[in-house]
Amino acid sequence: MRIILHIWRQKNAQAKGEMVRYDVPNVNEHMSFLEMMDVLNESLIEKGQDPVAFDSDCREGICGMCGFMVSGKAHGGFPGTTVCQLHMRHFEDGDELYLEPWRAKAFPVVKDLSIDRSSLDRVIAAGGFISAPTGGAPDANAIPVPKRNADLAMDAAACIGCGACVAACPNAAAALFTGAKISHLGQLPQGQPERDRRALAMVEQLKLEDFGNCTNIGECVAACPKEIKIEVIVRMNRDYLKASFTDRPQSLKEVTA
Amino acid sequence: MELKSNVPTGPIQEAWDRRKFDFKLVNPANKRKFNVIVVGSGLAGGAAAASLGELGYNVQCFCYQDSPRRAHSIAAQGGINAAKNYRNDGDSIYRLFYDTVKGGDFRSREYNVYRLAQVSVNIIDQCVAQGVPFAREYGGLLDNRSFGGAQVSRTFYARGQTGQQLLLGAYQALERQIGLGAVKMYPRTEMLDLIVIDGVARGIVTRSLFDGKISVHFGDAVILATGGYGNVFYLSTNAKGCNVTASWRAYKRGALFANPCFTQIHPTCIPVSGEYQSKLTLMSESLRNDGRIWVPKTAGDKRPPNSIPENERDYYLERRYPSFGNLVPRDIASRAAKAECDAGRGVGETGRGVYLDFKEAIQRLGKAKIEERYGNLFEMYERITGEDPYKVPMRIYPAIHYTMGGLWVDYNLMSTIPGLFVAGEANFSDHGANRLGASALMQGLADGYFILPYTIGNYLASAKKVTVDANAPEVVEAVSNVESITKKLLNANGTRTVDSFHRELGHIVWEYCGMARNAEGLKKALNLIPQLREEYWKNVRVLGSNEEFNQSLEKAGRVADFFELAELMCLDALNRNESCGGHFREEYQTPEGEAQRDDANFSYVAAWQYQGSGQTPVLNKEPLAFEYVHPSQRSYK
Repeated sequence: MRIILHIWRQKNAQAKGEMVRYDVPNVNEHMSFLEMMDVLNESLIEKGQDPVAFDSDCREGICGMCGFMVSGKAHGGFPGTTVCQLHMRHFEDGDELYLEPWRAKAFPVVKDLSIDRSSLDRVIAAGGFISAPTGGAPDANAIPVPKRNADLAMDAAACIGCGACVAACPNAAAALFTGAKISHLGQLPQGQPERDRRALAMVEQLKLEDFGNCTNIGECVAACPKEIKIEVIVRMNRDYLKASFTDRPQSLKEVTA
Repeated sequence: MELKSNVPTGPIQEAWDRRKFDFKLVNPANKRKFNVIVVGSGLAGGAAAASLGELGYNVQCFCYQDSPRRAHSIAAQGGINAAKNYRNDGDSIYRLFYDTVKGGDFRSREYNVYRLAQVSVNIIDQCVAQGVPFAREYGGLLDNRSFGGAQVSRTFYARGQTGQQLLLGAYQALERQIGLGAVKMYPRTEMLDLIVIDGVARGIVTRSLFDGKISVHFGDAVILATGGYGNVFYLSTNAKGCNVTASWRAYKRGALFANPCFTQIHPTCIPVSGEYQSKLTLMSESLRNDGRIWVPKTAGDKRPPNSIPENERDYYLERRYPSFGNLVPRDIASRAAKAECDAGRGVGETGRGVYLDFKEAIQRLGKAKIEERYGNLFEMYERITGEDPYKVPMRIYPAIHYTMGGLWVDYNLMSTIPGLFVAGEANFSDHGANRLGASALMQGLADGYFILPYTIGNYLASAKKVTVDANAPEVVEAVSNVESITKKLLNANGTRTVDSFHRELGHIVWEYCGMARNAEGLKKALNLIPQLREEYWKNVRVLGSNEEFNQSLEKAGRVADFFELAELMCLDALNRNESCGGHFREEYQTPEGEAQRDDANFSYVAAWQYQGSGQTPVLNKEPLAFEYVHPSQRSYK
């Protein structure tokens, strides 16, 4: 089949970008979306034109490196599917698709569809961990964890950090991403000692990174390729609110210092 | 060159404890004076960088991805082994050690493997403390599953995303150290050369993938945790970016490369569907716990699987290996699948596939249980193939998945270049000629959390602190070497894309140095590869410049190194006149078609030494001694 692509081309973060039209004939229905992009790039190189930059690595939907908007929908908008796992059998011959990078102030464009998501790493660095230095851990079965908690923690921990939630959000908020980490760690007994501090520090970092505020629209949930549930945002808000009242003020200074 | 393995002497059970006690220590106040470079941020690199940061060293960590959380360890599905014996089924450190040495077909170092089995129990403790959400039972204790090559249930798992969860544990520990200022992270940065001064590793040369800037980083020790080289086959289950460049350039600076021909074919991957295919997707080996593998008894039977009656199906693994059945190790399962397809009994459009059927398991356990165990794998399969594995059996075929070979290291994980350490899949150390399932995660984390923090300390405490002059001739030479490779690639200005060369190279390596090898084919490959490589340097087309985000240029440098590695792999495979583990030489098999080892002549590690461009590398042998597990013909019947 034949697919028409309109792709955002932007040389670097400072340059002005534009949409450029490409014709991709001979698309096979078994190809993944990114394999179609590979085929396009091969033909561009053969013609001596600059190939389209886009990120991908594992191509199994787990590393979180890939992702761009396909006609306004993050990863193409198929439930539970990253764009590397999206196959062309879902499209029709002659479809015109519009590809754009994640658009958010916190994600500057590197080139074309490739963006810089290091802001998400800094949110994790602010508090998205359990402080357990190597070596001192008790036996793994010393603290039983109810199966339900382990399962809920795992549901939240499935986040791949791709940033689709931010791209889909009209406010460019990273609430689903942050809520997922807070919910993962906050539901385990091991995560309790730092629970207040974690919520305060991570939410504080969101502000510093120019992410927007969450207004409970829920676009993030619709876009999430790992189908993280909106309840993680509820948990984040609850932990943050509780910590704001119960944590002593100097701790807040401490975490933002 | 004499290879000093530095293996401890005396009883194996206390060897590591004794060694740790003998190690010299760095005073806490002095640790921050030492710079440690870690290249790679997967399980081995991420765990090492975090742990060394916690200890107080000044750490710089590099990865080519946009975040350390994306390293390919993340894609491991099935689980991680540990000798916890929580199941009361007779597991022990000694049994895990025994299984791993036997599974590796007696081509690994006993003392290394014993230590691996020993620290496996600490890994699970550490990961649980970090909040890794392992599967649990209703009582709140950890669940286990069984895995290929073992008769006990010792595999811990987090749904089908164990690698992801373990990596996120290490990544979070690493981010914590980054936040505290102990580790400086360099994402989208690729190591392109090693700086060796007076025979000692002193730093690395990197290229920023953002803007092509070449930088020099000095370190008192350099750790390579840069993964395996499976992408030499072009199609593999590795991530697109996985490459051998860091290891290869260290090899060209004098580190020895060990057992390059030991590559692992994973039996359960989704079959290839077309020439455009960019990578292969693995279906976790854990599926073999409940899935039954079969092909039609009659060659060329094209009926849909569900209309082939039970008595016309051949469950060939259960038939040939009654005691291990569908759980035989990976090399054996892969070769058996190839044999069925070669005999014309393969399934699917291409005939390169076998069925993995869950019908019986769904009847026995119910769909809900199967969904709980493998739900995400089934979804992934359906997304890729458009077929529902709850109704139609999966089609699977072997694919390259892991490389046991890698840079040679001693017991302390140090290469032949003092100060250069190698961890995880990038080294050759623990899996011999075949890795057992759920052991890669174990080895990566063992190296990163529990071995390097000790051995690096000992090295730094013993070495003299040297300040390197940024204008030293070795530094200038390394930088200009990197620049000249880039220039050469950009200036070739030929007609073929990097990928087209890579694909062609992959075909050659898969055909002649893949699942089965023979001397004639290997000689042919050794003729074809240099020809193609020559054409590559003349006719490759890389557009754009160095001073920009240039993904073709990144790939071009990596493929250049794969060409050279491919040749070494074939050379190694040709030298090893025996079959063992993943290395199956057709000339050397038992009457039943199993791998025939030759312990009298090949019970050694083949460590290759670079001699300069165009020169045949020199083979160095590290003899292997087996005091505890006596080599026998591996039998899983």
